[in-house]
Amino acid sequence: MSVARPAMLQLGVRRMVVASALLFVIFLAAWQWLPGLLGIPPFIIPSVSLVWQEFLHMLARDRLLFHTGITAMQVGVGFILGVMLGVLCGFALGMSPTAEFVLSPYILALQIAPKVAFAPLFIIWFGYTVYPKILVCILIVFFPVMINVLGAVRALDPDVVRLAKSFTANRFQVFWKIEFPAAMPPLFAGLRIAATLAVIGVLVGELVGGNMGLGYLLAFSEGAGETAKVFVTIIMLTLIGIALYGIVVAVETRVLHYLPSRARLAI
Amino acid sequence: MPRTPRLEFRDVTKRFANPRQGSVVVAVEGVSLSIADGEVVSLIGPSGCGKSTLLNMGSGLDPASSGEVYVDGERVTKPNRHVAFMLQKDLLLPWRTIVENVELGQEILGVPRGERRDRALALLAKCRLPDFVHHYPHQLSGGMRQRAALARTLAVDPSVLLMDEPFSALDAQTKMVLQQDLGRTLADTGKTALFITHDLIEAVALSDRILVMSQRPGRIIEEITVDIADRDNPMRRRQHPKVAAYVVQLMNLLQIEQAAA
Ligand SMILES: Nc1ncnc2c1ncn2[C@@H]1O[C@H](COP(=O)(O)OP(=O)(O)O)[C@@H](O)[C@H]1O
Ligand SMILES: [Mg+2]
Repeated sequence: MSVARPAMLQLGVRRMVVASALLFVIFLAAWQWLPGLLGIPPFIIPSVSLVWQEFLHMLARDRLLFHTGITAMQVGVGFILGVMLGVLCGFALGMSPTAEFVLSPYILALQIAPKVAFAPLFIIWFGYTVYPKILVCILIVFFPVMINVLGAVRALDPDVVRLAKSFTANRFQVFWKIEFPAAMPPLFAGLRIAATLAVIGVLVGELVGGNMGLGYLLAFSEGAGETAKVFVTIIMLTLIGIALYGIVVAVETRVLHYLPSRARLAI
Repeated sequence: MPRTPRLEFRDVTKRFANPRQGSVVVAVEGVSLSIADGEVVSLIGPSGCGKSTLLNMGSGLDPASSGEVYVDGERVTKPNRHVAFMLQKDLLLPWRTIVENVELGQEILGVPRGERRDRALALLAKCRLPDFVHHYPHQLSGGMRQRAALARTLAVDPSVLLMDEPFSALDAQTKMVLQQDLGRTLADTGKTALFITHDLIEAVALSDRILVMSQRPGRIIEEITVDIADRDNPMRRRQHPKVAAYVVQLMNLLQIEQAAA
């Protein structure tokens, strides 16, 4: 059985990979020919080959890689700063019920406020620079991270903390040996959500104002009625999101390697 | 002159304020007890009578409202390295392997890495877990996890072990095996222990003395010396003909038959 199980699993995995690849091919084929068959004009849905040509054009003429790099940089910086801030506040509030009680109405208000609405305000404050974009990104990334860390500290079994204290652990040791590692699984759940939101934050900032980044390209292409360019830009934005998400998942599998596999998410 | 007891409670009372009702609950009242070196003492009593409260004061985690607790003649006011506790929950940290869990206490106390690893491995071998040292807790059964918790408790080499119903979540067979392990280990190491249990036979099988507590406010109403051989072999001891008489005596003290009638 110990031999048969992994072999069977592997067979199952291979079958799933094949099915997944097949589905992708069908999707591309449908994108290529279905709009034409249904009489949808290319300025509504350009075929996949048109989008590919446009991609090559944009690489050559529109500095596509430069704009992608700018957006990716802002997403990366905003994500890292937002996560750091979220982790910091999550632990601080988790350890101080007083602080949580005093601050909770403000946190809730800020949580409910649509973060993207701050983009124009930040542009008034900082002009057409990278800062408003990074700031929106920080704001939007902050909440899922903070809430998850806060929840983890709250949910920790007090007897585990008492066990550490009975071994004469000081405050820092309780944090470092118990609270911090205990918060890792919820933190990573928050990071997965934050990774997808980070791109939205930067994009909204770029759409509102500036002359750099994929958001700028998107607004520009829309104004020029170039649907294929819009498609290329959306794909590039998605790729940035996938890359960030992939990094989060890769780090998570390393950090949370101790979890039973059924407790980990497949994607 | 008698030797200093390992653990001593002098006229200890614990009150809990209930701010919502503005009332005060007296959990334990005027408890005095003394446990000598190498002695294993069980504490039994109805639930809610303050057994866990006593144990928490012994560990230094909660202060007594009045009275004093001493370990090796030293007043206990805060957690200290001479006392270690073990609960019904194993409290193993899921992100640490078994051996790393056993090392937790020594790590906090600043024992050097090599030394604490050697000690942890030796204890895991003694607790019959040598094949699972690098496994994670979720890969072990309940009984194995509780053995690892025992090893973690012993790893800091405490003067006194405080155990709060450590086996009550285990199935009957596993429980007997762990009682046997504990009885042997306590005898081998000569450790002193205060052992809380609901299981009357367990109390008789494991201890030198049994303290019986009353309903809340908990007081010690009776002290029974278990005069049966084989304290280091609970499996054999529970088969001894005198066990039944002790159990009946405990049942009467706890008024179990009256409660059922
Ligand atoms: N932290 C606390 N705050 C208020 N009351 C408590 C607290 N801990 C225990 N008590 C009360 O003290 C009594 C004794 O509790 P406990 O020591 O846990 O009982 P036992 O372990 O014997 O079942 C109970 O009535 C319980 O409600
Ligand atoms: Mg209890």
